[in-house]
Amino acid sequence: MIVSAIASVSSRKMLRTVVYLLFVLAGVAGIFFLIDYNFLAAVQLTVYGGGIVVLMIFSVLLVHHIEMKLEVAKLSKRIVTALFCAIGAGVFISTIYTYDFQVTDSTKTTTTAEIGTGLLSYEAGGFILPFEVISVLLLAVMIGAIIIAKGKKLETNKDEIT
Amino acid sequence: MIEGVTIYEILGLSSILFFIGVYGFITRKNLISILISVELILNASVVNFVVINKYVYPDMLQGVYVSIFIIAVAAAETALAVSIIINLYRQINSVEVRDTEIMKH
Amino acid sequence: MNLNYIFLIPLIPLVVFLLLGIFNQKIKPSVSGYIGVFGLLASTVLSFYTAYQYFFISGKINGLYQTFVEKTVWMNFSDTLRIDMGVLIDPIAVMMLVVVSLISLMVHIYSMGYMKGDGGYTKFFAFLSLFTFSMYGLVLATNLFQIYMFWELVGVSSYLLIGYYYTKPSAVAAAKKAFIVTRFADLGFLIGILIIGYYTGTFDFETLNNPEGSAILNWAATSFMGLSAITWALLLVFIGGAGKSAMLPFHIWLPDAMEGPTPVSALIHAATMVVAGIYLVARLFPMFYFVEDGFALNIVAYVGAISSLFAAIIAITQTDIKRVLAFSTMSQLGYMMLALGVSGYEGHEGLGYMASMFHLFTHAMFKALLFLGAGSIIHAVHSNYLKDMGGLRKYMPITNITFLIAAIAIAGIPPFAGFWSKDEILVAAFEHNKLIYYIGVLVAGLTAFYIFRIYFGIFWGKDKDYEHAPKESPLSMTFPLMFLALMSIVVGFIPFSKFISADKSGFEAHLNMPLAAIAVGVGALGIALAWIFYKKENNLAEKFANRFGVFYTWAYHKFYFDELYLFITKKIVFKRIAAPIAWFDKKVVDASMRGVGSKTIQASEKIKGIQSGKVQDYAFSFIIGTVVLAIVFIYLWTI
Repeated sequence: MIVSAIASVSSRKMLRTVVYLLFVLAGVAGIFFLIDYNFLAAVQLTVYGGGIVVLMIFSVLLVHHIEMKLEVAKLSKRIVTALFCAIGAGVFISTIYTYDFQVTDSTKTTTTAEIGTGLLSYEAGGFILPFEVISVLLLAVMIGAIIIAKGKKLETNKDEIT
Repeated sequence: MIEGVTIYEILGLSSILFFIGVYGFITRKNLISILISVELILNASVVNFVVINKYVYPDMLQGVYVSIFIIAVAAAETALAVSIIINLYRQINSVEVRDTEIMKH
Repeated sequence: MNLNYIFLIPLIPLVVFLLLGIFNQKIKPSVSGYIGVFGLLASTVLSFYTAYQYFFISGKINGLYQTFVEKTVWMNFSDTLRIDMGVLIDPIAVMMLVVVSLISLMVHIYSMGYMKGDGGYTKFFAFLSLFTFSMYGLVLATNLFQIYMFWELVGVSSYLLIGYYYTKPSAVAAAKKAFIVTRFADLGFLIGILIIGYYTGTFDFETLNNPEGSAILNWAATSFMGLSAITWALLLVFIGGAGKSAMLPFHIWLPDAMEGPTPVSALIHAATMVVAGIYLVARLFPMFYFVEDGFALNIVAYVGAISSLFAAIIAITQTDIKRVLAFSTMSQLGYMMLALGVSGYEGHEGLGYMASMFHLFTHAMFKALLFLGAGSIIHAVHSNYLKDMGGLRKYMPITNITFLIAAIAIAGIPPFAGFWSKDEILVAAFEHNKLIYYIGVLVAGLTAFYIFRIYFGIFWGKDKDYEHAPKESPLSMTFPLMFLALMSIVVGFIPFSKFISADKSGFEAHLNMPLAAIAVGVGALGIALAWIFYKKENNLAEKFANRFGVFYTWAYHKFYFDELYLFITKKIVFKRIAAPIAWFDKKVVDASMRGVGSKTIQASEKIKGIQSGKVQDYAFSFIIGTVVLAIVFIYLWTI
């Protein structure tokens, strides 16, 4: 997964970037499967892999010559950034490793029904409100995307008609 | 619970993924590449949530819910970002970051 | 004595100056002339009234002339060290008021005729008023700083007036020269003032001049290289006075100052400004006399005597009438200085002091007359040079007579004014220092010779053919001539010693017959020689001059002082001293300033990049900041 991620951010061809991202996403889904969160894994694959990556490929195809070699930032900038990211990662990992996680050993399997009930329950610990908010958000995003993406074309069409 | 894999390793993995995403975000010159890096970052955080949920609090499911929401938001944001990029492409005919840095006047 | 109206005396010319200066373009020239004259007339009347009040009515108390002071504190440094502004009335101040007023008034009236038709007529009168104001302020000063301020103001007025014909490069150069030379001398003056202020703790004249005061009694307190510090200060102050009064070696500006209009020469360089140096020494006379047993006073006497002789020798050879008069002025100023130098203090001992002031008074009259007469001649003949003049007695009778009267006066022939004052000087010198006496007698003879040389050369001598016949000057110009001629005859009879004396007590002066006879004899000899050489047209003078050969050439070129100074300043000061300093200033000081500026610009260019507008850079900073904070808080913060 790490290899794919690194390849994704350093690839010089656009389509390859997206494909490597797909691999990373598949890997994440794999982790979910291993953890036994099947529903989540399925959601991940569907939404991300099926939706987002497809969207990206579409956009890449729209705006790019596939053969085009991408430029990358200057070497000095890359090295400095890599250095800082390494330091950051080091900080994170050392923090993680020094913390004492109470790992509980249980083999409980969560079913989709449980997830669904929890998501929509009214009692304390339920996530109905965020659920609704997310739906509104998705609505807004849809409308926004349509408006942004349509540009002037519809206007001129109207002018032509009249 | 994955056999043989401690929580530390997975969390370490997610951190590395996160920083790879950051590296990509800062380094890349193409708008869509930046978008992809953002996806990486978000995915890393999702893994974080889920893993901690599973390993430390197996009875509760908040991590899962939050992950679903994160995925939804990420999808929405990507869609919007793509539409903006397409619009921008129509204006300046390029998806390089350096062409977006110049002010209109 | 009521002093309140005395403030009006300098104030009126100041107001006139401001009026004429501000409304320069709007006032018609003739009106400005009248404004100037009437303003000065008012001041003159007030001065005479002051003199009358002071000398005859309320000035003398218990046999001593009192010093009346009205002052206000201007700058306060400590309890005793203060700079005040005010007026100080004592015998010489009142005498100077009269002199300045009278001569200035005459010059104003004269200028109405002389400067008629000139483009800057109003400006001229404005400058004349400025000068009169400055001179009044100088004369009435209560302390060293005030006199220094007005000293500089007088220098400025002189600069403005000498350079009046500003389109003539020689006039501009002369004005600069006058200002720079006197400024240079004033440097000494300032240092002297500061030393006096430091060691005696005061600038005030009353306190300084008190013979029982601490300033004089403690003169030996600090010494420097064998002389008291106060002596050094007095010598430095004298340098300032020597500059203004054209003593050797600061005399070079006076002949060149003749580039100014003739009324200016009459006012400033004959009667009033150049006597400022004399006045300064007289003002500080008790200090000069008592400190170090009159060491500084001795120096004053010798400088005066040498300058006097030097100038008289040069005056014999000059061909420009105004230059002859300029050197004559320098010579007579030398007389005044040497008279002060040989003076004592108590009663009759202070004969030199009295004689010096008396000579100042009479000299102002006849020297102003000589200059105004010369102006009248120049106005008629349109040339300054002796070779262009001759036989003018037929054309300009009034000028002839008045010039003759002045010439007789300066030669020291009784009963004209010059005899009385010069005689007293010679008596004082005889009683003190025989060498200076002999120099004085020699100079008297030379004076008579050179003044009659030009008199005969102009009014008698060869009959010249003039293109257009010179005619007598208008009344506005001849009236001052006649008035001053009258003064030259009359003022000799004033019993000066009753009024002016070193210890302010007044004494009786007597005529010393043998010495007087010697002085008159020498004067008559000079006149006779001039008669022989110059009355009729002949070349005796030329043959005589050739006999003296080199000496004559040296005298003619003013002993090459100008060339010497020019050499010193150009080759040494400019090249060796001023140029390296200028280089240092340009290359080092300016460069470091520019360096600071450019470094700032470079730094700001670099820092500018932080606000780039690129989101990626911002994200970069964001991440770095977060990581750094994480490190700090997790690992380094040991609370």
